[in-house]
Amino acid sequence: MPLLEVKSLTKNFGGLAAVSHVDLHLDHNELVGLIGPNGAGKTTLFNLLTGVYEPSEGDVLLEEQGTPMRLNGKKPYKIADLGLSRTFQNIRLFKDLTVMDNVLIAMNSKHNEGLLTSILRLPRFYKNEEKMREKVLDLLRIFGLDSKSQTLAKNLPYGEQRRLEIVRALATEPKILFLDEPAAGMNPQETADLTKLIYQIQKDFQLTILLIEHDMSLVMEVCERIYVLEYGQVIAHGQPDEIKNDPRVIEAYLGGEI
Amino acid sequence: MKKNIRYNLIWLALAAIVYFGLFAAYNGGMINLFSDAIIVNIGINIILAVGLNLIIGFSGQFSLGHAGFMAIGAYAGAILSANNPTFGGFLSGLLVGMLVSGFVALVVGIPTLRLKGDYLAIATLGVAEIIRILLINLRGLTNGPAGIFGLPQFSNWQIVFIFAFLSILVVSNFIHSGPGRATLAVREDEIAAESMGVNTTKYKVIAFVMGAVLASIAGTLYASYQQSVFPKDYGFMKSIDVLIIVVFGGLGSTTGAVVSAVVLGILNMYLQGFSDLRMIIYALALIIIMIFKPSGLLGTWEFSVKRLIDKFSKKGDDKDASIRS
Repeated sequence: MPLLEVKSLTKNFGGLAAVSHVDLHLDHNELVGLIGPNGAGKTTLFNLLTGVYEPSEGDVLLEEQGTPMRLNGKKPYKIADLGLSRTFQNIRLFKDLTVMDNVLIAMNSKHNEGLLTSILRLPRFYKNEEKMREKVLDLLRIFGLDSKSQTLAKNLPYGEQRRLEIVRALATEPKILFLDEPAAGMNPQETADLTKLIYQIQKDFQLTILLIEHDMSLVMEVCERIYVLEYGQVIAHGQPDEIKNDPRVIEAYLGGEI
Repeated sequence: MKKNIRYNLIWLALAAIVYFGLFAAYNGGMINLFSDAIIVNIGINIILAVGLNLIIGFSGQFSLGHAGFMAIGAYAGAILSANNPTFGGFLSGLLVGMLVSGFVALVVGIPTLRLKGDYLAIATLGVAEIIRILLINLRGLTNGPAGIFGLPQFSNWQIVFIFAFLSILVVSNFIHSGPGRATLAVREDEIAAESMGVNTTKYKVIAFVMGAVLASIAGTLYASYQQSVFPKDYGFMKSIDVLIIVVFGGLGSTTGAVVSAVVLGILNMYLQGFSDLRMIIYALALIIIMIFKPSGLLGTWEFSVKRLIDKFSKKGDDKDASIRS
């Protein structure tokens, strides 16, 4: 079975179906794009997959040792522990903490020392802490942030905040990474750098990535498959070339003929 | 590794200096009964403020129930040491108070910590009132509104000093560790914290329980020093007193909580002479602080031995261990 399978997923807000009967699957080691006009339900879909919202209908199934495991109704932190991590469209860093602490927090659930060990400062605590800090610096280095490890997150320039969000998501050691508009607000040069970076981490970390993005050059360049969402429904699905020429996609983006 | 030991030794040395400073003052006859009460009160307020700062400043949960947990400690200490007027009785009271108040905080915390902001404040205020009303009405156990008096005095400035030191140590060790960082993440952004695998409810409850246990310790020490307990001492205003110390010092700074407990303690001492003007001047001082420094005296700044050493030795290796503040 695929790594993640979404079956007929629906989310109703009152009478509005923000996401309606969405079927989608992600295979191991795949980079998949999710595009659609504003308000199509892309972020809602992310929130459903990561447990921030509970689905009204349908299933989210994660492959765990060969058998499917239902994720609906699980708390976000449990889903994160199972290897689904994300970034946020409107950056949600821990603003008043340092870059180092931001990333350390994400490592917490897998490398926790425990309450008593921490308070009593057993030797194990120092060893573990040192190991974690090394790991964080290695991650930060990939993203060119290692020199800023003691800067407060809120004092980073915008582009670096976006990158830090990705580092933080990676620090949870995910199997699947959801990136919500990572290039939003970036200039073309920054977007190009980011494209390379996303491509590289996907290879290096053996990750499956689902990417929401409005920047078509980025999506078309890195994604192997693309889903197109409009009014909460998948209107097209296929390889970048197919999507580019799909009449329904063109209509969704450019408006239909009168 | 060696570095960490050095930082810890410096901390210990600083505590020893303060201790022997006080010790010399006491032995030199500089301390009378009045200033002894001030010093003990400052110590107790430090324990209370450090605990409440953990709840409000670090985990970001607004609690107005601190006096309730303090009352539990005070009554546990009073009841047990009235029945067994030995140091053992005092210690068992301390322990029972910690356990009961930790348990109450756990039971109360799990449902109420789902509430946010004002709602949580009202809920915790309600809990403190329930505890106070129970103490008034469980006459067989607590002697009702008349309180319990004539208790043996086991807590003195030395005992209070040791517990204040331990409270600061436990809280700052906690905050500079994995679980502590997770607690800070809850304060910063709950949704992001959850998405990064932080069980937000768990860390809120941990902070709340730790704060309650510290309040209980302060309560036992206070009751034993006063040699009496009355329910009216643990009303809403007591919670507000502690809250003022925390806000005055800076939410999210343990150093701030300690400094502010000392400053307000000394200010109170000098204002004792002007009984009517006292509350006015006290309130004015607070208003002025809030106008000119809304984040409190120290904001979120923390005293750090490591930073101090780095400054003097001009070595900028922040890679190794900023573990210890």
